[in-house]
Amino acid sequence: MLLKIDNLYVNYRSYWYTLKVLNGVWLKVERGERVGIIGESGSGKTTLLKTILRILPQNGIISKGEIIYEGRNILKLSDGELAKIRRREIGMIFQDPMAALNPVFKIRDQLYDILKYRMMAEGRNPSSKELYEESLKLFNDVRLPDPDRVLESYPFQLSGGMRQRVMIAMALASAGKLLLADEPTTNLDVTIQDQILKLIHRLVIEKNLSTILVSHALGMVYHMTDKVYVLYAGDIMEEAGTKELFNKPKHPYTQLLIASTPRLSSIGVGEGIKGKLPDYRNPPAGCRFSPRCPYVMDKCINTKPGRIQLNNEHVVSCHLYD
Amino acid sequence: MVVLEKKPLRNLRNLLNNYYIRKILYSIVTLFGISILIFIIARVLPGDPARLALGPRAPEDVVEQYRRLLRLNEPIYVQYFYWLVDVFHGRFGLSLVTFRDVLTDILEFLPATVELIIFTLIIDIIGAFGLGVLSGRRPNSLIDNFVRVFAYVGIAIPSFVWAIILQLVLANWLDLLPAYGRLSLGVEVPRITGLVTVDSLISGNLVAFIDALTHLIIPSLSLAIGCIAQEARILRASLIENVNKDYILNMYAHGIPGSIIFFKYALKPSMIPTVTIMTLDMASMLGNAFLVELIFNWPGLSRYGITAMLRKDLNAIVGVVLVIGLAYTIASIIIDLVVSYLDPRVKYRR
Repeated sequence: MLLKIDNLYVNYRSYWYTLKVLNGVWLKVERGERVGIIGESGSGKTTLLKTILRILPQNGIISKGEIIYEGRNILKLSDGELAKIRRREIGMIFQDPMAALNPVFKIRDQLYDILKYRMMAEGRNPSSKELYEESLKLFNDVRLPDPDRVLESYPFQLSGGMRQRVMIAMALASAGKLLLADEPTTNLDVTIQDQILKLIHRLVIEKNLSTILVSHALGMVYHMTDKVYVLYAGDIMEEAGTKELFNKPKHPYTQLLIASTPRLSSIGVGEGIKGKLPDYRNPPAGCRFSPRCPYVMDKCINTKPGRIQLNNEHVVSCHLYD
Repeated sequence: MVVLEKKPLRNLRNLLNNYYIRKILYSIVTLFGISILIFIIARVLPGDPARLALGPRAPEDVVEQYRRLLRLNEPIYVQYFYWLVDVFHGRFGLSLVTFRDVLTDILEFLPATVELIIFTLIIDIIGAFGLGVLSGRRPNSLIDNFVRVFAYVGIAIPSFVWAIILQLVLANWLDLLPAYGRLSLGVEVPRITGLVTVDSLISGNLVAFIDALTHLIIPSLSLAIGCIAQEARILRASLIENVNKDYILNMYAHGIPGSIIFFKYALKPSMIPTVTIMTLDMASMLGNAFLVELIFNWPGLSRYGITAMLRKDLNAIVGVVLVIGLAYTIASIIIDLVVSYLDPRVKYRR
């Protein structure tokens, strides 16, 4: 077991109210396993990834739970131990590379700092020549042409696809064991999306990385993962092997989510799910999907469903299966 | 390979495309426009400058002669034409108050103001960045709350009130610093650049240097407080906004030490709005200097300017306004350079 998250609660606090976002999330990643997280926008996927690295914005509070990484609880690590993990073991691809690259520093400044601290964590003291060579190696890995120009560029001087490749190169620099990818293609053209997906897919296999891929593009998750978690409004609704989940979805939310995906082969767009995400200031006490669920029962309103093991690779959190 | 011939015309066009060259050319046009505007305004205002200059008892023929000397009987465009010819000969016309060339007067009074403004800017930059960083580093801490209260008070109270308060408290009650003037009685510094602090250093007079510095503190502080308050607030707000941006979280995700993230990756983008506000503050600083120079009996350009306005000293008014316009132009070019260093996007947008 590489990573095991259990009973994780995360709130965003502001002066006037508290947003109760993650509501007891669980997640397991085996070594070499590729895990997908699906769910609509605003259901806490990005928050979950940021919590794993403890890089929530200042108003994000982890109120309960544990994140066990290689036997150690990340939430209880000292700054020094955490820095080691951040520098050389876990890397993260952010959703929007334009937002995740500092607009007023050259790519070189940012990448060299990242590489410098990773190499220092490995007990080396890199010269600028070594940093340069390491950058070339990374850029070659992500198939980024003209590395010298890229290093001397500011983020706004690169195309969207190039920026995402830079972002992936940065994440790779730190991802010794685990790669977190937060909707890596959402902000790209369709043609570029495909290239980037293939790139990530190839890198993950080449470098034998465990991955958590967050996306609302279901097709992408279907092809790139071994296991999928369905996250809705901060709750894990269902966990299953990828094939099993897409072929035999059990949770009403998963069923509706898959049905609402537009397909090229069918006529018209998908059904969609009526209603919207609950208000995180005052979320439903029971199942968070109950206000939108077509099969809602009395106990769904007040009692949070437990985890129900259907078979060895399928867990669902729904009162229908009690 | 084709060797491109260097054509002089293309070089000229490249030169004109240079942002700073263009900006300087625009400023020259602007200054030219200002001179026309002020020239006309100063002359169409009611009141007879020649009579004002010579006093009510001067005989009419003398006043008439004086008017003719100043070409006040000619149409305004003719007057302006002669003034322009004078300017190209390095003369800015006769002052009606000092009976000297306006340029000579300005060169005498300008250094005191320049010294005051430069010292104010130094205090402003140190204060604004110091307080902004202190409070933005730890939002809602004790020191942050203190800075925020100071910022509200600093903005709410105008600089001439600060001048009086500081003069009263620091000079009169506590007797820590001199209350007015540029130098204490009996301290003499030879005039080389006109900046007393620089001149005293050049002549090796350390006592005079310290004396000049202590005279600068209260006037500069009262000019700077409002700007410091405003800029510190903006810097604090942008720092707090920036540390939650993805590009900062990304650096945390790579295990880069917090101090490097804050002082390198968060501070630089946060400085952009602060420096931009400084441009505006500098304009108000020049205006506020008028009042502060009066309060501290500071022999600067502002006092000269006020006298010129009150006595309807036509040429002096035009001269002073042009100098302020020029100062503002130079300042905005400098700020532009700083902003384009801080924000490379600006350079490419032009």
